[in-house]
Amino acid sequence: MAPVLETRSLDKRFGGIIAANAISIAIEKGARHALIGPNGAGKTTFVNLLTGMLRPSGGEILLDGAPITYLAPYRRVRLGIARTFQINQLFADLTPIETLGLAISERHGSGRDWWRIVGTRHGVTEEIGELLERFGLADVMTERTAVLPYGKQRLLEIALAFACRPRVLLLDEPAAGVPEAERHEILTTIAALPADVTVLLIEHDMDIVFGFADRISVLVNGELFVEGAPDAVARDPRVKAVYLGEAFDG
Amino acid sequence: MRPGLETETTRYLRARARFGPLEILFWVVAFSTIWLLPTRHLILTETVIWGLFALSLDLILGYAGIISLGHAAFFGVGAYAAGLLAKYELINEPSLALLASALAAAALGFATSFLVLRGSDLTRLMVTLGVSLVCFELANRYGDITGGADGLQGVTVAPIFGLYRFDMFGHVAYIYCLVVLFILFMLARRIVNSPFGLSLKAIKGNPLRSAAVGIAVNWRLVAVYTLSAGYAGVAGALLAQTQAFASLSMLSLERSADVLLILIIGGTGYLYGGILGALIYRLLQDYLSDLTARYWQFWIGLLLVAIVIIGRDRIGRWIAPVVRFASQLGRRPAPAKVATPEKGG
Repeated sequence: MAPVLETRSLDKRFGGIIAANAISIAIEKGARHALIGPNGAGKTTFVNLLTGMLRPSGGEILLDGAPITYLAPYRRVRLGIARTFQINQLFADLTPIETLGLAISERHGSGRDWWRIVGTRHGVTEEIGELLERFGLADVMTERTAVLPYGKQRLLEIALAFACRPRVLLLDEPAAGVPEAERHEILTTIAALPADVTVLLIEHDMDIVFGFADRISVLVNGELFVEGAPDAVARDPRVKAVYLGEAFDG
Repeated sequence: MRPGLETETTRYLRARARFGPLEILFWVVAFSTIWLLPTRHLILTETVIWGLFALSLDLILGYAGIISLGHAAFFGVGAYAAGLLAKYELINEPSLALLASALAAAALGFATSFLVLRGSDLTRLMVTLGVSLVCFELANRYGDITGGADGLQGVTVAPIFGLYRFDMFGHVAYIYCLVVLFILFMLARRIVNSPFGLSLKAIKGNPLRSAAVGIAVNWRLVAVYTLSAGYAGVAGALLAQTQAFASLSMLSLERSADVLLILIIGGTGYLYGGILGALIYRLLQDYLSDLTARYWQFWIGLLLVAIVIIGRDRIGRWIAPVVRFASQLGRRPAPAKVATPEKGG
């Protein structure tokens, strides 16, 4: 099958530091792809390159075979790449209803519409309702985002990216910092994402990765170290040595 | 979907844009001053113009988070445009001249908007200040057009729609300014409640995430900055028309600082702050200058410090019960709440 998102020898240097070195990864359509690696391996840099938040120093990024290497972030979103952030990037003063309404309006291209009242376009409130339901946000939908419990904020983080109806969804450590009790809700939500959405999961937690992914890429020092199916990666002695170590022995 | 969730969402979004009883009361009172306070029309005209000017600043500061210390540039350009149009009888009808002046100020706003796209608040403060200083000195330098330090003399303003001549008591001028303020306010209100307005609030809150949900951040900022400049231009043009005069003070740094002060006193981000701020500012100025003619700004300064130190949030919390009570007075009986089954049920 043709990859939906692909990088070809993607480089990123910050001065003398190499954050991404000739990374070539192909993400298949509908895949549940995970990107793992030790701290500082360049995982978030890679996501920033894919979404246009950073400009690559070299190489290419292709979406459905067409180059998007230097496209502005908002244009990539409109082409179907959305992401979440490892540290919440939300709109503190907006409520979940407003936040989701915003993303939906933008997707419809009505963000330049300065006359219509928000939510009066056909189908918008219905879709907001569906998203609130899917991500368990209905109970807090009229609260300011700033006062939501952390777990709900994490869910809104994912819901906001999902509201862009991406073909490729990049999840940057979606469960980071979430207390054990609220973790489960996030994981079930991620597991229930529609199959036609391609997901690239950046994650630290091995339980999450192996419960979720059908393909795993391991980044070490800005380079693609190993790539393969979960059991192959899990068995790979080199991976164990550099990264998994104790997590697997235990 | 949980039953009623869509209805609740719809209701919430409708309520967001609905006119509250306090708002209706505000405009009823505002228009009733036409008949109730005929002797105060000169001072009220001035207040309305300050209010409109502060509203223009609120559009960029309160909604898009762009701080400016040079908003008088657009006010002044609007004023000189209106003055020159009337003086040389290029566009005689005042409301058309107002539109033309707004376009002139908006053009300058558009041209300089690209300078405020990047950078921190400090950069923006300096860039906007710089632009206004440049405008001021240009007006000063080309005194043969602008009248320089003497101001633009010999302006005669034609009757509005060819019918209503500005009278010496300022009655027509006040009604004219109030109507313009009302129209522009309602337009601004519509805009901030639109998807475009929502995207501005998002950009103010988090530009990074805004780009990550597909918002063309820079173009939205250019658009609102241009709009705001046009509004400021109308305010300036109103002052020039009602006073039949334009002067360098309309471009001055002091005016930029005053409008920022007025907006901060009234509060940003809910549109009424500019008008309320102008009212408070004028009333205080009147009251305090009776008390201490020369030192009234001492108290204004003290008030400003107090507001900033206490903080908007806390003041908002103090007056929240009043606002809530007032808005409940006018609310129709709430529809029976839709039964919400327990989660997972």
